[in-house]
Amino acid sequence: MERSLTHIALFAALIAILGVIPPITLAFGVPITAQSLGVMLAGTVLGARRGFLATLLFVVLVAAGLPLLAGGRGGLGVFASPTVGFVVGFPFAALVAGWVVERTSLPLGLAAGAGAVIGGIGVLYVFGLTGLAMVLDKTLGEAAFLVGAFLPGDIVKAVLAGFVTVSLARMRPGSVLSRS
Amino acid sequence: MLTLTSPVETRYHRWSAGVKLAALAGFTLVLFGVDAAALPPLALIAIAAAYLAQGTAFALLGLRLLRPLWPFVALILVWHLWQGDPGRGLAIVLRMLAALAAANLVTLTTRLTDLLAVIERLCRPLSPILPPRRLALAFALAIRFLPAMALHLSHLREAWSARSPRRPGWRVLVPAVLAALDDADHAAEALRARGGTD
Repeated sequence: MERSLTHIALFAALIAILGVIPPITLAFGVPITAQSLGVMLAGTVLGARRGFLATLLFVVLVAAGLPLLAGGRGGLGVFASPTVGFVVGFPFAALVAGWVVERTSLPLGLAAGAGAVIGGIGVLYVFGLTGLAMVLDKTLGEAAFLVGAFLPGDIVKAVLAGFVTVSLARMRPGSVLSRS
Repeated sequence: MLTLTSPVETRYHRWSAGVKLAALAGFTLVLFGVDAAALPPLALIAIAAAYLAQGTAFALLGLRLLRPLWPFVALILVWHLWQGDPGRGLAIVLRMLAALAAANLVTLTTRLTDLLAVIERLCRPLSPILPPRRLALAFALAIRFLPAMALHLSHLREAWSARSPRRPGWRVLVPAVLAALDDADHAAEALRARGGTD
């Protein structure tokens, strides 16, 4: 019981810090915020239930006024801005990513990568586009036109989520809780 | 960790957090639910007045928080100019600004602890599946470990930089996640040693 609680709380903190300190630079010198990668990893590493709760806890802390979103944004204003859907969708992205890893018998890396694509891109974009369309009063198609530029980066992140999950399992078997 | 609460003390700081949240929810619902041309400009004027009533320093602070919205404002205005319907674009932009400014006003004038207390109160009906103590502990743990996690990550980046001329790549994430899992295990042991979560 305690372990479940601390995993949720600590992963929420990890997702937050990944947004505040961009830890990695891609080969082309483009810094990417690893926050959505952190959300994918919450699902693929902790599993559906704990990944969902960890990400939900992170979103609640943002709502309560901590500037933890990438770029130092936070507070209730996040939920009135055009990007609201992406923040609200975070927990569901982690949920689906974790679910895919838990319920398939694919090799771990492939399962984690697929989970990250389905949850961290598919599900997240459904939420994100709905939010954009509502706040900006546009159709879903017009909203999709706006976020197309982010798709390549997110695909890279999903692939990295697969690699990181596999490396974790290889370095310390048992650390990937979604498969144990 | 700094919160977004305004350092400029205002009259709104003394209002109850629950009342402010309920008012914000009502305001936003009306703003997005009622389709009247006069509503967005009036709402924005009302919010601007609420900011200005507390002095220009506070109003400027509020204005600065609207900055992430400017790209969207420009985009919508250009879009609707191109579509030949600038009035509609202006209404969307004003509505968006009013909603964001109102939400920021609540965040600026409400302490983190008060907002978390409201959330804990709202979650009380869920107490059979989500004991209030465990929820409070989750908040406290996550907030406490923010600086610890930041320190971990900067150590990992320094260790990388000491060994490689290139900037840290994705591999640094593996020890970062491991550190979080280790911290979680240690914190769980410490909690259990002190009588558990309930």
